[in-house]
Amino acid sequence: MAPILELRSITKRFPGVLANDHIDLTLNQGEIHALLGENGAGKTTLMNILYGLYQPDEGEIIVRGKPITVHSPSDAIAAGIGMVHQHFMLVPVFTVTENVMLGDETTHYGGVLDRKTVAAKIRQISEQYKLEVDPDSYVRDLPVGVQQRVEIIKLLYRQADILILDEPTAVLTPQEADELFKIMHFLVEQSKSIIFITHKLREVMEFSDRITVIRRGKVVGASTPAEADQSILAEMMVGRAVDLEVDKEPATPGEVVLTVENLEVLDDRHQVAVDHISFEVRAGEILGIAGVQGNGQTELVKALTGLASTQEGTIRLNGEDITRATPRQVTELGSAHVPEDRQKDGLVLSFPVADNLVLNTYYLPPFAKGVVLQQDDILKHANQLIELFDIRTPGPMVNAGSLSGGNQQKVIVAREFSRPIKFLVASQPTRGLDVGSVEYIHRRIVQKRDEGCAVLLVSPELDEVMQLSDRIAVMYRGKIIDILPAEKATKEGVGLLMAGVFPETA
Amino acid sequence: MSNQKQPAKPETPKKDAGQIFLEEVTKEPPRHLPRWQRMLQAAVIPVLAIFTGMVMGGIIIILTTPEVYIAFRESFVQGLKASWDAVASAYGALLVGAFGSPSEIIVALRSGNPELIYQAIYPFTESLVAATPYIFAGLSVALGFRAGLFNIGAEGQLFMGAIFAAFVGYTLKGFPIYIHLPIAFLAGAVGGGLWGFIPGWLKAKTGAHEVINTIMLNYIAFRLSDWLLTGPMKRPGSANPVSPSILESAKLPEFFGDPVRLHLGFIIALLVAWLVHWYLFKTRWGFNLRTVGANPSAARYAGISVAAGIIIAMTLAGALAGMAGGNEVLGVNFNMAMAFSSGYGFDAIALALLGNSTPLGVVLASLLFGFLRNGATRMQLVAGIPIDIISIIQAFILVFVAAPVIIRTIYRLRKPAVEEEAVLVGGWGGK
Repeated sequence: MAPILELRSITKRFPGVLANDHIDLTLNQGEIHALLGENGAGKTTLMNILYGLYQPDEGEIIVRGKPITVHSPSDAIAAGIGMVHQHFMLVPVFTVTENVMLGDETTHYGGVLDRKTVAAKIRQISEQYKLEVDPDSYVRDLPVGVQQRVEIIKLLYRQADILILDEPTAVLTPQEADELFKIMHFLVEQSKSIIFITHKLREVMEFSDRITVIRRGKVVGASTPAEADQSILAEMMVGRAVDLEVDKEPATPGEVVLTVENLEVLDDRHQVAVDHISFEVRAGEILGIAGVQGNGQTELVKALTGLASTQEGTIRLNGEDITRATPRQVTELGSAHVPEDRQKDGLVLSFPVADNLVLNTYYLPPFAKGVVLQQDDILKHANQLIELFDIRTPGPMVNAGSLSGGNQQKVIVAREFSRPIKFLVASQPTRGLDVGSVEYIHRRIVQKRDEGCAVLLVSPELDEVMQLSDRIAVMYRGKIIDILPAEKATKEGVGLLMAGVFPETA
Repeated sequence: MSNQKQPAKPETPKKDAGQIFLEEVTKEPPRHLPRWQRMLQAAVIPVLAIFTGMVMGGIIIILTTPEVYIAFRESFVQGLKASWDAVASAYGALLVGAFGSPSEIIVALRSGNPELIYQAIYPFTESLVAATPYIFAGLSVALGFRAGLFNIGAEGQLFMGAIFAAFVGYTLKGFPIYIHLPIAFLAGAVGGGLWGFIPGWLKAKTGAHEVINTIMLNYIAFRLSDWLLTGPMKRPGSANPVSPSILESAKLPEFFGDPVRLHLGFIIALLVAWLVHWYLFKTRWGFNLRTVGANPSAARYAGISVAAGIIIAMTLAGALAGMAGGNEVLGVNFNMAMAFSSGYGFDAIALALLGNSTPLGVVLASLLFGFLRNGATRMQLVAGIPIDIISIIQAFILVFVAAPVIIRTIYRLRKPAVEEEAVLVGGWGGK
């Protein structure tokens, strides 16, 4: 197998940072090459150089033995290099066909779009590579996984042989991710070559042929799944030993803190999203809610935190009825909430870190006296939390939007965990975070439990639920179909329940 | 596996054009920089935009002056000289019209004769008089922007404020000035506030967009004032659609003798600007309002009522615009007439934009507009340049402020290094 692509000593400097420091990388024909590294390690910069979005300061790119210069994505496409970005570049109101031909339109009669020919070509591609998609459907109607397929078809349509996938699983459910990996294998069998950027160790171990690890702009190691194991890779990636397993003592559950009885909640479209469910969470235990996204977890969390109104049933927190309470009342009763979408709900990105750290307590002393905000106290508080929770920021007055994802999440965790709380709802607390951050957040959650806090953990990542929870509830189509103690839960068993397959019927 | 509905949740929330615009007009330099550096960064684009706008205005003056063409026909040098003369005389007149003539001021001050002094400082004080309604109206729009709202209704709110202030000004009889004047001025705020409350309430309760509703309420306010001034509020015995004059006890006192008209309203405007700054940035109410503006879902999450925030913000914005109307009635015109506003409420949008939605910025922008407007009268008189050139210059300034890329390209400025921070602080596992 000859290398189809070689990057030699690629270096890229941004003001104040060395994003890529003499990186070498070879890609063989017909292999899946994983580029592993934490957020901010320089993976995406490297791929953007390859795709012509940035110019390297040093180094050369060699495709099929010939050095090439890539000044723009069109140069890259001409060289057979295609990229699927983390955030898709599709026009939602266009059909699949229109999206595929966009920028490379086939026309007849000197200017009339020839959709038929393109659609036929798409059908042929989707058959050849098992990429099921209907060329005539509108992109906005397609699930994320299928939209991603459209992106891949776009590349194949332009005859790319080298495919770059930037964090392709970040937006996918586990099922969709499995689908994608099947497609990737099929593509390499047909002699395409794939560079696959990720920070998820499991994916690398299961689905790649070779692995290159990047840390702080440098290649720190290369390996294969057969030679490496997850903890070695994690150590290379983070630069220190990482505990992938969560260390925790058995739970010592105390009083019931949260009681949910016969709860019904509607979603935005007035459909029943939470379908008459009941459960309890006790002090000092973590109840994990497993389930594929979109099975009512979001609405359940909203109802518990006062953000959505309920149809039926009651919610009690420490004996107090909070079914109709406002978010502020719920918070004041000692409840904390790590929201599912940190940028949309959890933070005001254009506000300084200090203000975000008092986002739901700014009106209380010592942060406000009367109506006047006490800037000094807010700053002091921020400095304490930055220290205590190890938030990496140049300072408390830096806008939250300029922090990395992991540090943004730490701001939320610091704000919520530093209050005296009795109940914690953590919804997808580690979504999109790198290994180091995940480890940190997990440790903090277990620590909260050990302090006697009742924790409700909601996550579509089964691994996370299995690792952290003391009891696991599985949600499917708005119902809790089973609650089982963690020691009795197996990944396969819970996985089946998540898919709606009941033990009796299986 | 069964196919579940899969909500697409990208990492960064999708923004519509309005949100992007709001972010742009409320964006501030990074707060961790020292104060002077932040001020400098915030001022670079507006100052260069004003300068460039003036240059563009100069070019238009040259292009529209017949003498220049004639001179160019003679020789190139003559043409250049004529161009220079045209611009210099126009802008010279503009400056003298806006600030007064320095030599005259020095002579007057030396003489110690109050009448001469008043005469000399008259142009400058007139500029301040012209800037006063701009300050109130600009604050109105800026406060709206801070709360994530587009208050296009400042003009209508200003009309309502003027109607209320005028009505109280001529009907309330037999009170001393320290009672009558505050009531009349506050009546202006109440009138405008009411006109702001309506679209605020509609948005909070029904989701109706404030842009549409404030525009529609403008029309209602205009026609309402037409009807009032030709009917119930018409001055008895007058042929014109004008209200009765307000009583002496409702007039904003003037600081100097005739002809200087500078009145208490200017000081009130500065005080209100300071108050708005305090409210927005120093109180928990302001924190509340800015959170609703910057990220409503995070506000909801943090236990802040978005609906209440919208209603309060629109009411306050309306009250500020209402003060602009009250100020004109109680301080300048002493009655309410049909065409009493020269579009202050619409210029206010520009002022908020130019002032980056900060009270200090609005005050500075308002002073600029006041100087331009007032100076233009003399420019027309002395240099024969139509007053409309000012509108063109203002429009250019706004285009440059709204599209900073143009300014950055012309002056080869680098984009502020905000984005790069993300890279600098990324990754925190390995020390």
